[in-house]
Amino acid sequence: MNRPLLLVGATAAIAVAVYLLFPRAQGGNSVDAAVKASWTTADPEWLARLEQDETQKVCSRYRNTPPKAVADAILARERASIVYPADGNVMGDWKKGQVLAQSGYGGRFTDIPPRAENGGNCYACHQLDTTELSFGTLGPSLLAYGKDRKFAAAEAKAVYERIYNPQATIACANMPRLGASKFLTVEQIKDLVAFVMSPESPVNQ
Amino acid sequence: MPARTTIVAFLLLGLAFVVPVAAIDDTEKELDRYRQMLKADPWSNPGLLEADRGEALWKQVRGPKGASLEGCDLGKGPGKVEGAFAELPRYFKDADRVLDLESRLVWCMETLQGFARAEIVKRPYSKANQTGTELEALATYVALKSNGAKFAPHLEHAKEKEALAVGEGLFFRRQGPLDFACSTCHGDTGKRIRLQALPYLSKPEEARAVVGEWPAYRVSQGTVMTTQHRIADCYWQMRLPLVDYGSDVTIALTMYLVHQAEGGDITAPSIKR
Repeated sequence: MNRPLLLVGATAAIAVAVYLLFPRAQGGNSVDAAVKASWTTADPEWLARLEQDETQKVCSRYRNTPPKAVADAILARERASIVYPADGNVMGDWKKGQVLAQSGYGGRFTDIPPRAENGGNCYACHQLDTTELSFGTLGPSLLAYGKDRKFAAAEAKAVYERIYNPQATIACANMPRLGASKFLTVEQIKDLVAFVMSPESPVNQ
Repeated sequence: MPARTTIVAFLLLGLAFVVPVAAIDDTEKELDRYRQMLKADPWSNPGLLEADRGEALWKQVRGPKGASLEGCDLGKGPGKVEGAFAELPRYFKDADRVLDLESRLVWCMETLQGFARAEIVKRPYSKANQTGTELEALATYVALKSNGAKFAPHLEHAKEKEALAVGEGLFFRRQGPLDFACSTCHGDTGKRIRLQALPYLSKPEEARAVVGEWPAYRVSQGTVMTTQHRIADCYWQMRLPLVDYGSDVTIALTMYLVHQAEGGDITAPSIKR
């Protein structure tokens, strides 16, 4: 008597499981095939940029809202990527950080060979110093960030981590993993931490 | 072109006045005012010069096969230009592929006029303050012939459905040294990069407002920019290599954008920053 009902139930359960396992995954292979066919003139070193690492793959698949188990795996993997300054001091020179925060230079094929160091381009997405009015809104305002956190050392370390690899804190964060990708150096990240966290920095005036 | 110089000078004067005072949205307001001026006098749009060049090129007998493009089928039959752009990209049986306006133009130049594909796509984009390339002029002309129409994209053929699905997948695909996808910048309402407002391109009402603006005359570049070029520029900013002109990726993304913008007005060539 119950067999048809069981069958329906089992089928539904399998369908739900498949949906949860492969959400919006349709076309995944053809997307990669299209990518492969669409960049034919670049050299291998540049073509490697089109290949996704595991984090990029799952964040694309789940459109940046991964289920908890996947998110936890991302957080663990990305945290393991963080390299701290050898002497443990995460605060560099805020004046250098101020310059870096303005610069959007670096990493484009027109930036090769490099004519300057890569910039942090922080203002593209964040408000920082009150006197800079040309700021983006893709990220939160960081105005008075250090001051609001009483310039605590633990907060400075957290900022270092957030710049080095934001996905160690927020899985599938929009912000680039600037340290993990080696787009910025440890020294540059320290300068940016100082710009955000130093009491003398215009960010905290 | 004294008229064009005057317009640009006027705009720059406006910007020079506004930016230091820098109420945040004033740059955009000033551009809006400029657009209104152009609406009041549509013939002052420098993009129309490219459309004129494109029309002449369309009708000119050229290439090793000595033909004009008047026999080119943009989807509505050979030589039918009016309204064709509104239904592109679409599947073309002769090419067995989904093509957008620009890749269809290349196809026609290759098959009807006998030009070598490599030659046609060697230099598809003009540089700042240069006259538009042949492809830019032709694309501007064909798009202008749909000005006032609404996007009515096709979705019947399996390859059209596939292109749309691939385009959607690409829109959310994160890649490259900065982990960017199209959706990183175009996935929410009311966001900006610096002062530049960003349309939320998966939201139909926002897509409808901007997708039909391209090909557009870019004031900062003094030249027209096509959809292919616009997408290639996004990938450049995403720190990826130069994407091929008329590639599967750029066509699929165009398909996705046009489907988001379905029912939206075509205002090309419009005026952009």
